[in-house]
Amino acid sequence: MRPLSLAGMRRLLAMIAKEFIQMRRDRLTFAMMLGIPVIQLTLFGFAINTDPKHLSTAIVIHEPSAWSRTILDAVARTGYFDFLDKPVSHEQADLLLRRGEVQFVIEFPDQFSKKLVRGEHPSLLVIADATDPVTIGNALTSLAAMPKQLTGRLPGRADAPFSIIIHRRYNPEGITQYNIVPALMGVILTMTMVLVTSVAITREHERGTMEYLLVTPVRPIEVMVGKLVPYILVGYLQVALVLLAAIFLFHVPIRGSVGLVLLLMLPFIAANLAMGITFSTMARNQMQAMQMSFFFFLPSILLSGFMFPFRGMPDWAQWLGEGLPLTHFLRIVRGVLLKQAQASEVLVELWPILIFFLLAMAVAVIRYRRTLD
Amino acid sequence: MNAIEVTALGKSFAGQWVVRDLSLSIRRGEIFAFLGPNGSGKTTTMRMLSGLLTPDAGQGVCLGLDLVRDRQALRERIGYVSQHFSLYEDLTVRENLDFVLRIHGKTRGDWEKSVQRFDLQPFVNRLAGQLSGGWKQRLALACALIHRPDVLLLDEPTSGIDPEARRFFWRVIQEEVSSGCTVMISTHYLDEVQQYCDRLAYLMQGRLLVMGTVDEIISASGLVAIQILRAGFEVAKKAEYQPGVEHVAQTTSGVLLTGRDLERLEVCAERIAQGLPAEAVAPRLEEVFLHLARSGERRRA
Repeated sequence: MRPLSLAGMRRLLAMIAKEFIQMRRDRLTFAMMLGIPVIQLTLFGFAINTDPKHLSTAIVIHEPSAWSRTILDAVARTGYFDFLDKPVSHEQADLLLRRGEVQFVIEFPDQFSKKLVRGEHPSLLVIADATDPVTIGNALTSLAAMPKQLTGRLPGRADAPFSIIIHRRYNPEGITQYNIVPALMGVILTMTMVLVTSVAITREHERGTMEYLLVTPVRPIEVMVGKLVPYILVGYLQVALVLLAAIFLFHVPIRGSVGLVLLLMLPFIAANLAMGITFSTMARNQMQAMQMSFFFFLPSILLSGFMFPFRGMPDWAQWLGEGLPLTHFLRIVRGVLLKQAQASEVLVELWPILIFFLLAMAVAVIRYRRTLD
Repeated sequence: MNAIEVTALGKSFAGQWVVRDLSLSIRRGEIFAFLGPNGSGKTTTMRMLSGLLTPDAGQGVCLGLDLVRDRQALRERIGYVSQHFSLYEDLTVRENLDFVLRIHGKTRGDWEKSVQRFDLQPFVNRLAGQLSGGWKQRLALACALIHRPDVLLLDEPTSGIDPEARRFFWRVIQEEVSSGCTVMISTHYLDEVQQYCDRLAYLMQGRLLVMGTVDEIISASGLVAIQILRAGFEVAKKAEYQPGVEHVAQTTSGVLLTGRDLERLEVCAERIAQGLPAEAVAPRLEEVFLHLARSGERRRA
């Protein structure tokens, strides 16, 4: 490489100075460049935890006793399990598990305590929602040594008074793809729908076509909906692609209704598109619009439970996550496809998505400028 | 009856008034030219009239509709061609026309008429972005007229296009006017104004300096002119510092001297003409506007 001459240095300094001026003018971009490390530090430093504790656990027990309380105390002390206030029936436990409201069910079989006293070495059943193998891994490991640890504090055989049988429900082999691939539908839709529509209106401004559009009788809502509809169809195409790959490439066991997922997908796609359109009405250029999309996408990926266990995050991060459409869509898609959840069981996840859509759309329509002012 | 009537119209950006205290009226069925140097507020005014900008001061009606309150209704009745091509460059001519046609609820017949009238048939499948400047403007005009507007607002539509395209443009405008359309056009081409426009307004730094017919404005300026035939650059250079000469211009016929006093101009012409013939002629609009601009600046100073 040739050394930089004096003239070359002068030109280089001129370029650097110009870039600084432009950076100073585009304050939003500058703010985002500083904002991204702050957000990443916050999310990765405080919110994300790959070893989640205090996982919601339902107890099925017919005859509570001093011995069952001793076992549950020991389980609770591991820190991985938070019990519901009251024991539930077997059927209720199934429902809670399917809805994703509990991660584990600990079931004491009939006459567990009596068998324990008689030294019959009874078995305790632990059912785990294994759709996300990462979430439950450490919790289940902590249970493995428990029967031995309780020797002496429980009646029965000296080596291990009882045994623990673990059922990994929905994903017995613990295959990560089963959890990730269906959820990818939501992630891909969030990424592409928000990004594509975020530049929809700024592009019209940048290319000068907005000047024409604004002198026509087209109303804001017509512009918005007109821009959204084609992408809804594209969204469905993407979903079809992922579904085909899930079935034929990754052999994900599809247990629930694909039709139900496709139906419930519509408000999710609309919510993401509305978010994109809102960014589009706020950004001054396409670059800013894309940056805003990134700011939405980053927490969506990290706080929705797609990559990291949702229950492992602190409360504030879970609250933020609850505000994101992807969080609820992941529960729907995993619930229906992997756990065979019915419409009535996942409808509760639909409302937050609909509210998000309406809010985003309202902001977009309000912010859409009917003039060039 | 007036098609456009505005009173004390004003618009500011970042605290700077770009148009102020603008009052004008445009009669139905006339071609009204809007003139002024770059940055004088022509485009801003046209954008206010088309509903693209909201006035910060004053009020106005177009076709009896309030510029702000009745914006939606107004959009159905005006056609607008902006200074820069504002149709979709990534759509073909056919697709652009289809889009506009559907927005205005027009029929296939209107599409065909439009394509025929603007000779767009050979280009219907070409991307608008690949058209030359003249054809782009032709398409823009076709789209602006597809819904048969009552008022046509044209912001420098003939800038940068060849004489043939300009002539075509003006033929279409005249056809529209003959069927009752009112046209407001901003332009820098004074020959177009003299040839085609009924009245004109001249804007300077956002203020209206003068309004009327070409003859009225020339006569009101009080300017007179003398043409030194076949004179060249040397004569023009000498004339610049002669008493009584306000403007000197080199034309194809010679050198044109403009001032307020014909006798002084004649004396000057005799002094510098070096025997070349000179004759009194009507002053040109260009000199009138330069004169108005300088007078305006002096008044403000």
